[in-house]
Amino acid sequence: MGIDLAQFHQAFFEESFEALESMEAALLKLDVGAPDPEVINTVFRVAHSIKGGAGMFNFADIASFTHTCETLLDGVRAGRTHLTTSVMDLLLKSVDVMREMLRAAQKKESFDPQKVADLQFDLEVAVARNEPTAAAAPAAAPVPPAAPQTRPAELPSTVWQLSVKPLENMLSRGNEPLALFAALAEHGELSVQAFIDEVPALAEIDPHRCYLRWQLELKSAASEEEIAETFDWVEGDCDYRITRSGPLPAPAVAPPRPEARAAAPAPEVPRAAAPALEAAPVSRAQPRAEAGPAAGGGDAGSIRVAVGKIDELINTVGEVVITQSMLAQLGALVEGASAERLRSGLAQLERNVRELHESVMRVRMLPIGFAFSRFPRLVRDVAQRLGKQIELRLTGEQTELDKTVLERIGDPLVHLVRNSIDHGIELPQERLAAGKPAAGTVHLEAFHRGSAIIIEVSDDGRGLDCERILAKARSRGLVGAGETPSEEAIFELIFLPGFSTAEQATDLSGRGVGMDVVRRNIKSLGGKIDIRSERGRGSRFTISLPLTLAIVDGQSVCVGHETYIVPLVSIVESLQVKASGVNRLSNAGEVISFRGDYLPLLRLHELFGVEARARAIHDGLVVVVEGDGQRVGLFVDDLRGQQQVVIKSLETNYGQVPGISGATILGDGSVALILDVPGLIRSTSRREAA
Amino acid sequence: MNTQQPKSPATEAATHQVLTFVLGEETYGVDILRVQEIRGWSAVTKIPNSPPHVLGVLNLRGSIVPIVDLRKRFNLAQAEYTAVTVIIVLTVRSEAGRRDFGVVVDGVSDVVDVDAGAVKPTPDLGARAATDHIRGLVSIAERMVVLLDIDRLIGAQMLEPLESDAAAQAA
Repeated sequence: MGIDLAQFHQAFFEESFEALESMEAALLKLDVGAPDPEVINTVFRVAHSIKGGAGMFNFADIASFTHTCETLLDGVRAGRTHLTTSVMDLLLKSVDVMREMLRAAQKKESFDPQKVADLQFDLEVAVARNEPTAAAAPAAAPVPPAAPQTRPAELPSTVWQLSVKPLENMLSRGNEPLALFAALAEHGELSVQAFIDEVPALAEIDPHRCYLRWQLELKSAASEEEIAETFDWVEGDCDYRITRSGPLPAPAVAPPRPEARAAAPAPEVPRAAAPALEAAPVSRAQPRAEAGPAAGGGDAGSIRVAVGKIDELINTVGEVVITQSMLAQLGALVEGASAERLRSGLAQLERNVRELHESVMRVRMLPIGFAFSRFPRLVRDVAQRLGKQIELRLTGEQTELDKTVLERIGDPLVHLVRNSIDHGIELPQERLAAGKPAAGTVHLEAFHRGSAIIIEVSDDGRGLDCERILAKARSRGLVGAGETPSEEAIFELIFLPGFSTAEQATDLSGRGVGMDVVRRNIKSLGGKIDIRSERGRGSRFTISLPLTLAIVDGQSVCVGHETYIVPLVSIVESLQVKASGVNRLSNAGEVISFRGDYLPLLRLHELFGVEARARAIHDGLVVVVEGDGQRVGLFVDDLRGQQQVVIKSLETNYGQVPGISGATILGDGSVALILDVPGLIRSTSRREAA
Repeated sequence: MNTQQPKSPATEAATHQVLTFVLGEETYGVDILRVQEIRGWSAVTKIPNSPPHVLGVLNLRGSIVPIVDLRKRFNLAQAEYTAVTVIIVLTVRSEAGRRDFGVVVDGVSDVVDVDAGAVKPTPDLGARAATDHIRGLVSIAERMVVLLDIDRLIGAQMLEPLESDAAAQAA
């Protein structure tokens, strides 16, 4: 019966994870001692909506745990529970546990119930300790029974006893009991009593069902037929019985808890019911209104779209761009009376297509705030563990970047921030002794620069210790005893695998894995990381990343009939080389002289096995490219235009090709391969080594 | 009526439609459900250092699809690529997931129903002939049609030569 809820599970999980994030963020905003009621409300609302969702989807353990959490929050909100650091810790821990439980439920794994039970117990203790009267707190604000809807009945009236019991599908068919009662009230004086004895525990509630039944007493002159007529439109959706109880009203048989009209369930409009609900303490009697899934945070109207759909859209728009440029080429050839109109139409099309393309690409862009949002918590935890005082500053959270880049930059950032706190920021007394404020500052900042996004992680700690790094490098034989590398080169050392100056590895950092991984991750995104550091003043790590991985600025080069794209970022210079400029090294290929250096020369046609037009070095051009800090010269026939190209995967249908990072579709619909410059350079150094 | 009813679904399951195409003197067949589209020949972009039977890649509505020359794959005599040369775009499924690729054939013949019972196993032709990629042989209108198992033919090992080639090279 009802809707298959499994299809909504994914949305529930996503929403809940987001909700937890906003809950965490809100918790961290709370001042211990003087909590902002608005923020507590936010936290409460989030917990509440997770509970509602979990209940709706039958995740009983999550719902029950969240309920306990909510009870504590309710106490805080009502001022009964004092928000202490330990309560705060408890709440943050609860967020973690909820997240883990959700994750386990998402993967359909079981979750250690002991862990949940322990924390739940702690929560209950916290509730009980601060709130000795909690147990006695009323479960629901008693609401007087619905005021009898009266209508002056001049005629001698009969008292009708009506019992109404909705069937399972009454609500899902859109029948509203309230409307029925209103219709009955037309006949005379009506009083309604609701029975809630069949309402199950929250966790077992099916939000599509109505668990209430009603006993109505109608004083009316209407005949039985007239009353029965009212039930016509709920026929089949509810069981009802109409009995004449005589001219005198008889008292109800059982004294059920009276239920307010407002408590009548209306799952169709759960959002509307939610605010009313929040005003009252939570009780078992009103659980259904919680079915409303609430998105975390105040978003300005957004919809959830699968990434696959967006990629498809981008793909299709890419095709439109290609078709458009093909038409433009054709349009230029057309002659005749309507040629001018055709061309102006094509020009219009070009503008529209360009705009379309840009807006579609923007769809994939997300503010970096999503990656930043985990830091307040992380910083708080790490600082607490290390006994340091840290103030975290976040700026430029609205800076947008591609979703893929965003997802993959999170871990490197976590690493840098941890390093800053662990290695950079000193202990409070050290800081005071150095004339700095006791609390250290870690600053995360993001901004756009050209077609790149810059993310800076800076701290006002002790800075990198050049001497120690150098000493360590010397002891490991990385730097010769006589060498005195530049400061820059010393900073470079910390990116080496296994390099750490920490005397003792903590559980946070100092194990020497990390900075090399950070750099590798950033490089795999096509970005780079720089360090600036001043002894005693702090360090600044600057990450520069491309805005998107989907597009690259490329230079087309041609070799024979083939066109290749060289990413512009890797091009140093293009030049013509005279035959005398090429030297052969025995057995190790050719080198050219470039600005006083000798660079290996790669003839692309030889490397790729294609027929080239230019055989002699002076017939073609040499494109000097750089990657991984090395330069090589690529010998090609000619240069073509520069253009932005959309990167397509070769691996989807084919596989990895050495020296090629992907493919793109040119204006004429043909495919051009994009060169993987670092890969090409690596392959040459391997060849030279061999 | 009643006696025939249980039979019909079984027959349906056992019959499947096959697209047949010609390659030199032989007729081959592939499961029609694996055919994405049939298109004319157009110039491909070569992939550096690819195996000889991979001609290159084409743009198929925004995705990059490799094109395989089945003549080279089967060690048949070469033919010219002309405007009537046809590319059949197929989908293979392997552990690596779904992949699309095109095969160049001389011409597409027909779509025929093949009864599972009529498919004969491939005779053992000795170690020199790799027959893994052949699902069976079937006779249609007195012609022998070689039913290809494209997952085995090109699935995960698109880049590797057929075993017979490797064996021939080793010999």
